[in-house]
Amino acid sequence: MDSASTAPGVISDEKPLARVPLVLNKRNFSWLTERISGVVEQRAPRWWWVTFTITATIATFGLFCLGYQISTGVGTWGLNHPVGWAWDITNFVFWIGIGHAGTLISAILFLLRQKWRTSINRSAEAMTLFAVMCAAIFPGIHVGRVWMAWFLAPVPNSWGVWPNFRSPLMWDVFAVSTYFTVSVLFWYTGLIPDLATLRDRATSKIKKLLFGIFAVGWRGSNRNWRHYEMAYLLLAGISTPLVLSVHSVVSFDFATSILPTWHTTIFPPYFVAGAIFGGFAMVLTLMIPARAIFKLQDIITPQHIDKMAKIILLTGSFVTYAYTMEFFMAWYSGNQYEKFAFFNRVFGPYWWYWWVGMLFCNMLSPQLFWFKWCRRNIYVVYFVCMCVNAGMWFERFIIIVGGLHRDFLPSSWGMFYPTWVDIWTFIGTLGIFTSLFLLFIRFLPMIAMSEVKIVLPEANPHHGPTADHPPLVATGKERT
Amino acid sequence: MRTPSGHTVYAMAAEYESATALYEAAKRVRDAGFKRWDVYSPFPIHGMDQAMGLGKSWLSAVVLCGGITGLLTAAVLEFGPSWFIYPVIVHGKPFDWRTVPAFFPIMFELTVLFSAFAAFFAVLIMNGLPRWNHPIFNWDRFSRATNDGFFLAIEARDPRFTEIEARELLESTGGQHITIVHED
Repeated sequence: MDSASTAPGVISDEKPLARVPLVLNKRNFSWLTERISGVVEQRAPRWWWVTFTITATIATFGLFCLGYQISTGVGTWGLNHPVGWAWDITNFVFWIGIGHAGTLISAILFLLRQKWRTSINRSAEAMTLFAVMCAAIFPGIHVGRVWMAWFLAPVPNSWGVWPNFRSPLMWDVFAVSTYFTVSVLFWYTGLIPDLATLRDRATSKIKKLLFGIFAVGWRGSNRNWRHYEMAYLLLAGISTPLVLSVHSVVSFDFATSILPTWHTTIFPPYFVAGAIFGGFAMVLTLMIPARAIFKLQDIITPQHIDKMAKIILLTGSFVTYAYTMEFFMAWYSGNQYEKFAFFNRVFGPYWWYWWVGMLFCNMLSPQLFWFKWCRRNIYVVYFVCMCVNAGMWFERFIIIVGGLHRDFLPSSWGMFYPTWVDIWTFIGTLGIFTSLFLLFIRFLPMIAMSEVKIVLPEANPHHGPTADHPPLVATGKERT
Repeated sequence: MRTPSGHTVYAMAAEYESATALYEAAKRVRDAGFKRWDVYSPFPIHGMDQAMGLGKSWLSAVVLCGGITGLLTAAVLEFGPSWFIYPVIVHGKPFDWRTVPAFFPIMFELTVLFSAFAAFFAVLIMNGLPRWNHPIFNWDRFSRATNDGFFLAIEARDPRFTEIEARELLESTGGQHITIVHED
C-alpha cells in the first residue's frame, strides 16, 4: 500500500526523455535542398580534380593489367599448384562483401524503421554498386577465356551443353547478377524524387534535359507517392533476404568442398556477418571525409557515426565468435587435417596474416567501440575502419590461400607469390572504386533529400505541441 | 473550361505553408466530395493517403505476380535441361525431382529478380511515368514542390468543379497564392 501512494510522485519526478534530432541545428527543408544539391551544382573543387586524377590513373593502370591478363593468359598471375585461387577470389569476396553494407542500410534498416539510415543510404547504395562492379571483374577474368563467359548463361547452343544448376558456382552467377540488378533498381527508384529536385533547380538547358529525362517527370504527387512508397517497401522487403543470400551463396563456393577450413556449416552466417562488418567500415571510410569536405555535419551527425560504430562492434563480435568456433570445432571434431589446418593458420607460413589481419584488425580493434569516447572520436573511428578494411581482405586471403597451400599430401605443399599483375589488378580496382565514387558525388545527390526531409519534425502532419504530446525539452538526459 | 484569354483550365491550385496545413486541407477537400485532385509535396506525408481517401496501393499484387513468374521461370529453366534436355548425373546427384534442393538458390534469386523488376516497372506504369510534361508545371511556383513547397490542385475535369467553389474551398482551408493552372 505504501508503494501505491508514492507511485504518482515518482512519475512526476521522471523527466521526459527527449531524442536528439537526426538533423542538427533545426535545419529546414530548403536548407537541406540547398546544401545537398549544392554539392552537385558547385564547380568541382580543386581537391576533387587532384584526387580524381590520381584514382583515375590507378584505375587506368588496373584496366591495363586486366587487358594484359586477358590477352596473355592467367599465367600472368602467381597461381600455381596447389594454390589455384588466390588474390582473384580474395578480391572478389572482399568487394562483394563491402557491397553488403549498402543494402543492409537501405533495406534492412528501412524495414526496422531506423530513421537515421536516411542520411547515409544513398551513398552506401552507390558504394554497393561500385563494389559489386569491382567484384564482378574477378570471377569474370579468372576463368581465363573471357570471351567464353557467355557459357555461364543458360542459353541453348549447338553443343547441347547446359550450365550445371547444381553447382554453387552457378548459384553465384545468379546471386551476384541478381544482387547487382536489384541494387541498381532500388537505388534508381530512390533517386527519382531527388533527380526531380535537381531538374527543378537546373540552370543550364543540358542539365535540365538530362535530369528531366532521368527524373521521368516526377512531380511529387501524393497519388504517385502512394505507389512509390509501396514499391520502395517491397524492394526493401525483397532485398533483405537477397542480401543475406548473396554472401551465403558466396560461402557455398567454399563450404560445399571437402577442403579442411572450407568444409564447414558455419560459413554462411559467418560470411554475411563479415560482409556487413567490412561494408560498414568502408561506408565510414568514405563518409567521414565526405561529411567534413561538404560540410554535412548537421546531416551526418556524431549520432550516425556512433550507430555505425555499434554495428561494426556487433558484427565484429559475430565474426570473432565464428573465428573462435572454427578453432573449437577443429579440436572437437577430432579430424587431424582440420586440426593441422588451424594450427597452420596461426603458426604456419602465413602466421602474420592471422595475427595482424584476423586477430588484431578484425577481432581486437572493433572492441574499442565498447567505449563511447572511441565511437565519438573521429580519428579512433577512422583507425578502426582502416583496420577492418585491411583485416577483412586478410581474412579472405587466409580462408582461400590458407586452405589451399597445405594440401593433404606434404609433397603437394606450396606457397603463393603474387606477381605485379596480381598486385596491380587489385590496386586498380581500388582506383576504379574510388573514381566511380568521386564521379557519383559530383553528378548525383549523395544524400537522399526526399528521405532526410521526412525525419525533420515538421514533416509530420501531426507535428506541434498538443495535449497528448508535450513539447520535447532538452533535459541533459537525452542520448546524444 | 477556358479562361478569358483562351487557355484551357487544368486546375485550381493553392500552396500551403506546411505539411500539417496541407494534410488538414486534404481532409477538407476529400469531405467536400472532390474526386479528381491531388496534393504535391517534396516527400511522402505520413497519413496523407487516408486524408485523401485513398486506399492501400495495389502495387503489391503486381509484385506478387512478378515473384511467382520468377519462381516458375527458374523451375522451368532448371528442370528443363536437367530432366529432359540434358539429363546427366553430376556430383553424384540425380537429375530428376530428387535434386530439387540444389535448385533452391536459383529459384530464390529469380523470384527476387522478377519481383524487383515488377516493382520498378509497376511503379512507373501505375503512376503514368515517364512523362515528358505535365500541366501542373505551367505554374511557376510549382518548382518548389521538389524543395519545400506543399501544393494542392483540384482538377477542372472533376464533375464537382466550379471555379468559385474550388477557390472558396482552397481559401477556407488556408491556401495561399491560389491560382488557375492552364492546361497548355
